Amino acid sequence: MTNEPLQETGAADAATPMVSFRKVTKSYGRLVVLDSLDLDVAEGEMVSIIGPSGSGKTTVLRMLMTLETINGGVIYVDGQPLTHMPKGGQLVPASDRHLRQMRSKIGMCFQHFNLFPHMTALENCMEGPVHVLGLSKAEARERSEQLLEMVGMADKRNQHPSRLSGGQQQRVAIARALAMRPKVMLFDEVTSALDPEVIGEVTNVIRKLVSEHHLTMLMVTHQMGFAKDISDRVCFFYGGRIEEQGTPEQIFGNPRRERTRQFLSAVKEAV
Amino acid sequence: MSYLEFLGQYGDRILSGTLVTILLTVLASMLAMAIALAAGLMRMARSPIVRGVAVVYIEIFRGTSLLVQLYWIFFVLPLFGITLEKFTAGFVAVGMNLGAYGAELVRGAILSVPRGQWEAALALNMSPAKRMVRVILPQAVVIMLPSWGNLLIELLKGTALVALIAVTDLMFQVKQINGTTFLSAEAFGTALIVYYVLARFMITPFMRWLERVMQRRLGRA
Repeated sequence: MTNEPLQETGAADAATPMVSFRKVTKSYGRLVVLDSLDLDVAEGEMVSIIGPSGSGKTTVLRMLMTLETINGGVIYVDGQPLTHMPKGGQLVPASDRHLRQMRSKIGMCFQHFNLFPHMTALENCMEGPVHVLGLSKAEARERSEQLLEMVGMADKRNQHPSRLSGGQQQRVAIARALAMRPKVMLFDEVTSALDPEVIGEVTNVIRKLVSEHHLTMLMVTHQMGFAKDISDRVCFFYGGRIEEQGTPEQIFGNPRRERTRQFLSAVKEAV
Repeated sequence: MSYLEFLGQYGDRILSGTLVTILLTVLASMLAMAIALAAGLMRMARSPIVRGVAVVYIEIFRGTSLLVQLYWIFFVLPLFGITLEKFTAGFVAVGMNLGAYGAELVRGAILSVPRGQWEAALALNMSPAKRMVRVILPQAVVIMLPSWGNLLIELLKGTALVALIAVTDLMFQVKQINGTTFLSAEAFGTALIVYYVLARFMITPFMRWLERVMQRRLGRA
């Protein structure tokens, strides 16, 4: 895969990025978390976000999922402003309807899985399709079972999350997000809460997604080897800004910025 | 008169009073749960007016005496044209009072559902109502069940006050028996035992059973 968009689909034409941050600022009081961020992600692109904690990387994903408000700038998804809408030639805060329409394009997986504990794996996956998309139970079940099959959890479909290991829960969570057929998938440190021996089962699912599905993906991760393997592009965040970005080969093999070098060598030492 | 003779003579009145107490408890419980849910949710509403209504309700009914509330509902409301039959006034007063306590349980339980659950529901693009009904409330119920066990026992004991507006519950019956026979120890002793048995051997096991059912629904049994 290249950084170029692969094909023309939907509302956005080939030149329009699937996700676009324009001078996006986020702060809590005086603490600036993101400082005038510009970031474009092309359709079908897999972008990894790395960086020290507190550098604003998770905030990028949370803003895209509308879990955080933004203080300045505009985010565009699929050519449309995410938390704004055009009105009389200006951008005004989006209505709930607009927000829900925009959210339907985005899926997210969390560090702590956040499966619904009162539902089985299958019910977790069917919940959105049935109660948000309005699919029939039969359709939702078929779609969910296929996805559970893909993540290797078909045999556990009737188990509650409390009976599943962390790696298994995360795979169900990925299936649950995919069941909504998002255009953009967000992975927020999805392996950080996992025991080392089960990290592979989750990263393998994501690898499969990258190779078999034309999805736009943003991933915040501490797994440098994994990021290097599967990303089209790697962004190194530092102090609420993109300090450096480039191909995995360039960032990991030949980082240009001192801070990137420091960070990567610190991470290497920790491992 | 032996205690057995006492029971033989007044047993049916005590039994009928007990049935009234049970009925009062069931109806007041249902009312209390409905009010607790409504007031608990309103307490967290975005609109300050809705929130204010809930706060005022909770403050009034938690902050004043149940007996005074009962007298208000039975003796004062008719002056404003709202006349309730005494049995109705009885369970409404108890239900409204305990519902105010329950509202705080509902609110506390909803707030203690992990934040990640709200976020996952939002990420699935669920509407606020769906998030609450499908994701948050089912988990909140599990969290608040043990506290509801306590509250329902309080409620059962609270129903004894309705004897003061002449609802023929257990307390009313034993007061009558005491008034005509002066067998105070037998009369009030029996009442004590019956309330204890209802609380300990009906409400508590029922709540334990409910907790087990809920745990099973979480796959944790």
